[in-house]
Amino acid sequence: MAQFNLPKNSQITQGKAWPAPPGAKSLQTFKIYRWNPDDGANPRIDTYQVDREDCGPMVLDALLWIKNKVDSTLVFRRSCREGICGSCAMNIEGQNALACTMGIDECKNPDNALPVMTRKDKDGAIRIYPLPHMPVLKDLVPDLTNFYAQHAAIEPWLQTETPAPEKEWRQTPEDRSRLDGLYECILCACCSTSCPSYWWNGDKFLGPAALLQAYRWLIDSRDENTGDRLDNLHDPFRLYRCHTIMNCANTCPKSLNPAKAIAEIKKMMVERTL
Amino acid sequence: MAQEQIRQDTRVSIRTPRARVRGLGVAHHGVNHWWLQRITAVTNTVLMLAFVVIIANMAGRSYADAVHIVANPFVSIILILALLSVTLHMRIGMQVIIEDYVHAQATKIAAVFANNVYAVLVAVACLYAVLRIGFGQPA
Repeated sequence: MAQFNLPKNSQITQGKAWPAPPGAKSLQTFKIYRWNPDDGANPRIDTYQVDREDCGPMVLDALLWIKNKVDSTLVFRRSCREGICGSCAMNIEGQNALACTMGIDECKNPDNALPVMTRKDKDGAIRIYPLPHMPVLKDLVPDLTNFYAQHAAIEPWLQTETPAPEKEWRQTPEDRSRLDGLYECILCACCSTSCPSYWWNGDKFLGPAALLQAYRWLIDSRDENTGDRLDNLHDPFRLYRCHTIMNCANTCPKSLNPAKAIAEIKKMMVERTL
Repeated sequence: MAQEQIRQDTRVSIRTPRARVRGLGVAHHGVNHWWLQRITAVTNTVLMLAFVVIIANMAGRSYADAVHIVANPFVSIILILALLSVTLHMRIGMQVIIEDYVHAQATKIAAVFANNVYAVLVAVACLYAVLRIGFGQPA
């Protein structure tokens, strides 16, 4: 069966409550998932107090502030700090997001929270977990090996048999505009890891991110391998595990719509049989 | 253990991530199920509406009157179409749910088999009842 409960050694325990910085006037509490593969202990939730007046506006600023000033053992991925590398994807207040583009005030706003995550314990703390349902390497760092292999499996590059032209492969402005809303994907994995279908069948279902990329190459007017690409997706699991749950579109930090891209692939599948 | 499960289990088999993702390859199957599920969803809305109207018309009438309604060729055909559409939709829908949540290979095959048997039994039993009345052999 699909696994609905955490195994015993993954159950989360109460962690350390770090003291508030002395003299701070405006405090924000963060409750952060911690797990160390080396100490054999269960994961725990550590509580940190961040001085808002000494810290930048984004969640990533707060994480860096904690790492620099409170607890240097806190592990997370980050790079560009401007929403283009996709490294700092994590689960913030119940929603997958990039820590660098999610404002501290923004994620506390109940309007932004998913309805299912509405909590009874409104203690004002911001909870941060790694991306859901992925193996955890350490603290907020998930193992995305399978996710990247799935991206590689859809062969995300231009495939042609016609000899390459002397200059570039030409494309009308209209054809180019069909790639808008697709090429912007930064592969942060927020969408795939928010998808219940990907949670239950992530080994065989390609997931929204890889399928959005697949569609990006399916509708590229320059690509000559459309049929083979569709063949490669014609599978009850690879493509058809998408049940249009729409969590992907809901969570995408780049405001893309993977669910729509998948629906377009399903339409192409039918189109070539009719 | 099934080939696919050995392949996916990192504790018993060393394979590259790419090999795991490719698995046993593409099944070249799925578009018919998906399309049929959409078609039967549309036909269900019309046929179930007609079904409700037919049943509502039987309310308060005698058994003989109800049999008389079903024996009408127009009503019989609508009921048969509704039965086919609903049981087909039910079969595919339930199979998708089983495939989503049941991962143990033997249990999954048994569950899909049972689902198919159930859908066929329901369809054939209902068809038999409608045809029997329709062809004029009331009980």
